[in-house]
Amino acid sequence: MPLDVYLNVAVGGVLTGLVYGLLALGLSVIFGVVRVVNFAHGEMMTIAMFIAVVLCTGFHLDPLLLLVPIAAVLFAFGYVLQRGLINLFITRPEHTQFLLLVALAIVITNVLLIVFGPDARAVQTSYALDSFQIGPLIVDAAKVYAGLAAIVFSAALFAFFRFTLVGKAIRAAADNHTGALVVGLDVKRLYALTFGLGAACVGAAGTMLTLLVDATPMLGPSYTLLSFVIVITGGLGSLPGALFGGMLIGVTEALAGLLFTPSIKSMFAFAILVLVLLFRPQGILGKRLA
Amino acid sequence: MSALLSAGVRPRGALLLAALLAVLLAAPWIVSDYLLTILIIILYFAYTGQAWNIMMGFAGQLSLGHALYLGLGGYAAATLFTQFGIGPWLGLLMAMPIAAAGGAIIGFLAFRFGVTGVYFAILTIAFAEFTRIGFDNWNFVNASSGLFLPVKQYAHNDLWRLRGDPTMFYYVILAATVALFVLCHFLIRSRVGYFWLAIREDELAARAAGINTFRYKMLAVMVSAAVTSFGGVFYAFFYNNLFPEQIFSIFRSIEIILGPIIGGIGTLVGPLVGAFVLTGLAETLNSTMTAFGIDLPGVKQVFYGVCLLIVVVALPDGVWPPLARRLGIGRDDS
Repeated sequence: MPLDVYLNVAVGGVLTGLVYGLLALGLSVIFGVVRVVNFAHGEMMTIAMFIAVVLCTGFHLDPLLLLVPIAAVLFAFGYVLQRGLINLFITRPEHTQFLLLVALAIVITNVLLIVFGPDARAVQTSYALDSFQIGPLIVDAAKVYAGLAAIVFSAALFAFFRFTLVGKAIRAAADNHTGALVVGLDVKRLYALTFGLGAACVGAAGTMLTLLVDATPMLGPSYTLLSFVIVITGGLGSLPGALFGGMLIGVTEALAGLLFTPSIKSMFAFAILVLVLLFRPQGILGKRLA
Repeated sequence: MSALLSAGVRPRGALLLAALLAVLLAAPWIVSDYLLTILIIILYFAYTGQAWNIMMGFAGQLSLGHALYLGLGGYAAATLFTQFGIGPWLGLLMAMPIAAAGGAIIGFLAFRFGVTGVYFAILTIAFAEFTRIGFDNWNFVNASSGLFLPVKQYAHNDLWRLRGDPTMFYYVILAATVALFVLCHFLIRSRVGYFWLAIREDELAARAAGINTFRYKMLAVMVSAAVTSFGGVFYAFFYNNLFPEQIFSIFRSIEIILGPIIGGIGTLVGPLVGAFVLTGLAETLNSTMTAFGIDLPGVKQVFYGVCLLIVVVALPDGVWPPLARRLGIGRDDS
């Protein structure tokens, strides 16, 4: 195969990987602060995908326009979820948290299944068949838009954590829970905000993903796993790490799909995860563990 | 033997267990074929839950990928049976070491490199998924088209080849569940068992006390994996088919875990109670739905999920510990 085929596939993989990275960013933010592994992550993403599909087919809207509104809806969902349910569990053992979120995931998947049925649903856009040509490279327009939107959304999140007072308070609560309580921060509210922000990432990523993948209620578990793989590869708690991990996994899957069979591609993602856990357990961009 | 068995068990608890065993032994003469099949499923979950409990409940290592050991065991025995005509009991002699080796690889990599807690749990999922995709593309075991065990009309039950009617399968899984219960009962009161509990409670303190934590964590993973593999062999021979998609699926792993967590983690009776509660719940929902003529895919699972949510919110320690206190047999935390 000529080189430009590989290059095309690799660039496509990077762009898809950016969307994966945004999804994983949500998981990383939640775990980094609230210390709860969101085992319903991919299932929450399917909620966002179905909102996008319904609005796009019903009102002929563009997924790119829906990015912020759907992120806001998921933010509210995440906020309420943390406040009402998960907050009871933050001091409970990991396996109990796991059970809680798995139960939630079962409910989400099957409610979607009852409402929308098992069929795959796609979004129609005017640019679905467009592509950009840069030299020998041909890239799908939808992938470019999705990748760019993921970068913009992540950049906004970085800026929020870095420059706003609330963002700093959240980082303080993550660094030292007791210390944050001592200086009078409302940690419960900050946790709820954080879970909301993580869910907003999921909302944005899910909306973008409708440009790339058809929505079905059954997508959840594989995207939950994908987020785990990316976050651990990039480094749990490292925000740039999640994006980097997303791109790495995106490229790996795309190239593996090209070189071998598409069905084997996630095996490579898991192989990378195993290698990272063995040789750099804190993740590629993660800080060294104490 | 009976004196040994009852050591540390309160008389009332022992009496209740004996009564339960008597009912279970007599069950095939009492219940319908449908109920017998449900009892087989319950005992299967009690068995696999108990096997998982060795690793998590005793040694405190959270595995979310026990489907790996089910799959390795099931595939080892089923391949030997279909390709070489070797029966499941000899196959089990292959299945157990293979599953234990799988557990040893994960354990070695994780414990050597200090992968613990959530990271360890996710590593176990990753290995199960990795293996699932591998089997999905491995032609020797028929890849994703799956393995089928020959189903013939047998004139009599062939226990040696595990071919026969549900009653035979029922007694096989009942015997296995009782055997594992007894094994765990002794394990947890042995030197190794106390080491495991020490590691579960405080690994650093255990190491400070001179316990080789690496070795005993490895032992927990390997014992749990080997014991779980029988669950896979049973699954393969009971259902007569194996698909990587199903046997290695993350849902298989979750099913195994639900019972002991709902029943009461780290207790001997918990996995049994949890299996009864969960399968009972699922089947009650099933028949209620049919009775009301509701045939919408997903409704049952939504109720199931909501019930799980309620149990996990209301009973943080699981069903058994508070139930045991109420029955006056104390907390069975052994």
